[in-house]
Amino acid sequence: MAILINETTRIIVQGFTGKIGTFHAQDMINYGSNVVGGVTPGKGGQTHLGLPVFNTVKQAVQQAGAEASIIFVPPAFAADSIMEAADAGIKYCVAITDGIPTQDMMTVKNFLRRFPVEERMILTGPNCAGTISPERAMIGIMPGHIYMRGNVGIVGRSGTLGYEAADQMKRLGIGISTSVGIGGDPINGSSHRDILEMFENDPETKVVLMIGEIGGPQEVEAGLYAQTMSKPVVAYIAGLTAPEGRRMGHAGAIISSAGESAAEKVALLRELGVTICPTPAAMGATVAEVLAGL
Amino acid sequence: MDIHEYQAKEILSGYGIKIAEGGLAYSPEDAVQRAREIGGHIWAVKAQIHSGARGKAGGIKICKTHDEVEAAADYLLGRRLVTHQTGPVGKVCGRLYVEAGTEIAKELYFCLLVDRSSERIVMVGSAQGGMDIEELAVTNPEAIVKIYIDPAVGLQDFQARKMAFKLGLDAEVISHAVKTIKGCYRALRALDVSMLEINPLVVTKSGELIALDAKMGFDDNALFRQLKISELRDKSQEDPREMAAADRGLSYVGLDGDIGCMINGAGLAMATMDMIKLAGGEPANFLDVGGGASAERTEKAFRLVLADKNVKAMLVNIFAGINRCDWIAEGVVHAVRKLDMKMPLIVRLSGTNVEEGRRIIADSGLPIITADTLAEAAEKAVQARNEVVAKEAAGA
Repeated sequence: MAILINETTRIIVQGFTGKIGTFHAQDMINYGSNVVGGVTPGKGGQTHLGLPVFNTVKQAVQQAGAEASIIFVPPAFAADSIMEAADAGIKYCVAITDGIPTQDMMTVKNFLRRFPVEERMILTGPNCAGTISPERAMIGIMPGHIYMRGNVGIVGRSGTLGYEAADQMKRLGIGISTSVGIGGDPINGSSHRDILEMFENDPETKVVLMIGEIGGPQEVEAGLYAQTMSKPVVAYIAGLTAPEGRRMGHAGAIISSAGESAAEKVALLRELGVTICPTPAAMGATVAEVLAGL
Repeated sequence: MDIHEYQAKEILSGYGIKIAEGGLAYSPEDAVQRAREIGGHIWAVKAQIHSGARGKAGGIKICKTHDEVEAAADYLLGRRLVTHQTGPVGKVCGRLYVEAGTEIAKELYFCLLVDRSSERIVMVGSAQGGMDIEELAVTNPEAIVKIYIDPAVGLQDFQARKMAFKLGLDAEVISHAVKTIKGCYRALRALDVSMLEINPLVVTKSGELIALDAKMGFDDNALFRQLKISELRDKSQEDPREMAAADRGLSYVGLDGDIGCMINGAGLAMATMDMIKLAGGEPANFLDVGGGASAERTEKAFRLVLADKNVKAMLVNIFAGINRCDWIAEGVVHAVRKLDMKMPLIVRLSGTNVEEGRRIIADSGLPIITADTLAEAAEKAVQARNEVVAKEAAGA
């Protein structure tokens, strides 16, 4: 099962023939992902990595049956690429691009909301590491070999901190159903809560690990939803030492109002019944304890 | 990116927002000259620093004679002003804005910002202007009005009117208020503004609506298409280390602790700093070296961390995805040799090509302390820092 992607998902790469797109497309193919082609406007009809290149996403959907797309387009053009994917009928899109203007993302979200829910493209990112259903498919830039297949769902903003969690779990023999990066930007495609809802409906997932950080309301919103879930949620919130009003790398990692600090989020989540990892080094161990209690 | 009050006012004035007559001064003589040009009998001499609450910090002086203007300018120029927004270090005032005195009948609060929670633009107003809005949100939340704007449709007149009436404005000023509010909205949309605050927006005794202060923050991600705005950057208002880091494509935030950090990825960087704190230490900085950490980049990162004289030990934590541990290890060994680093260095490598990375560190013969896990790395860093401090104490 897993969520969002599996070994049959037909994936295209937007920004296919660029250096970064090429590198990661090859990596995804090596992992076993079903990459069926890519899009680079003006290069339609060419072959790249042994796969067809299309001028538009629409052509990729019609001719290669594309269902999912991963975007490696530079920030100035990335919002346009996301909207093109949604318009063409892509079901799931991962935007890797870091540095998309916030007002562009506001436009993207508005555009997506115009589609009826059942036809609306799911977007994760931007500024994320992508999604992996271990041993089946990867649509992202993560090192696939650190992930083991299993029953824990991971949702997080950060790439490398997600790797850290997967690694801690693998050391303890715990596998992952799907790991989803939602990205570090203030306005993103899917929230923690959106992904929790998918894990709740996935029979393979038994426990969910949510890796949040300072800034914004999404972790607490997810905590409110977690109260209604049948599956336990474990959380770690990064940024205990982050001072107020300073951006910690991610565009969205900034404490700008009450309730956005790590300590405040942790207190609220704990109250909502979410199991908190006492330290970032204990993400694997905390998940193990919760799994043992099932 | 933030800009100064005088710059924000100049921009807003181009969008039809009324401001008091004023001019920029870099010296007391300039300031007096500006006061002469403006005329009248009362002037405000305002320190231009990137912070709100300047009044409370003594950064705004009301003057009634040219001598007072000169004295105020002399006092403020070069002065370090500390507000709750600047942090304890404060910000140095290098420019002044001299403005005609305004006879205030009423002070209001007005702000427009991109709201990450609703993913829309929100307009915030209060009839109780002049004070800290966060304070007001706690003491009297009913006094704050919020109106959400759908960016696809844009701000409508009725919304601007609703805000104007909620601000308690008289009928005669409503149409001017609508014009002011719509001008602010157009500026926000056209210039990729993330926050625009007018506090206070005042009604003068002659019934005019004037932006007495103005604060604007811009989306850093959009500066590539806002070249005129980028030119307004005042580097003197930003942390020199953070600027130097940004110029090298690194993301750095200086903090008060003494354990220097170099990590890849913002989330892992925050988590490592948390781990240092939980192990009993204090991190000296946030530093994300990003994805492609070459030997050159690693050396630059080391220089940046070690430029902070408080640093007593340094921790490197890399989880290699696109990166490879062997490249990182080579970069670290190179940097330690080149910079002739003496303080304890703790390195934790994980991910792609980890064995090779560890071998390079071990074979280097350098006294680098290695760690397998995040917890071990933080504990060893704190222990090494404590030993340095103990040695220093014994030596002294």
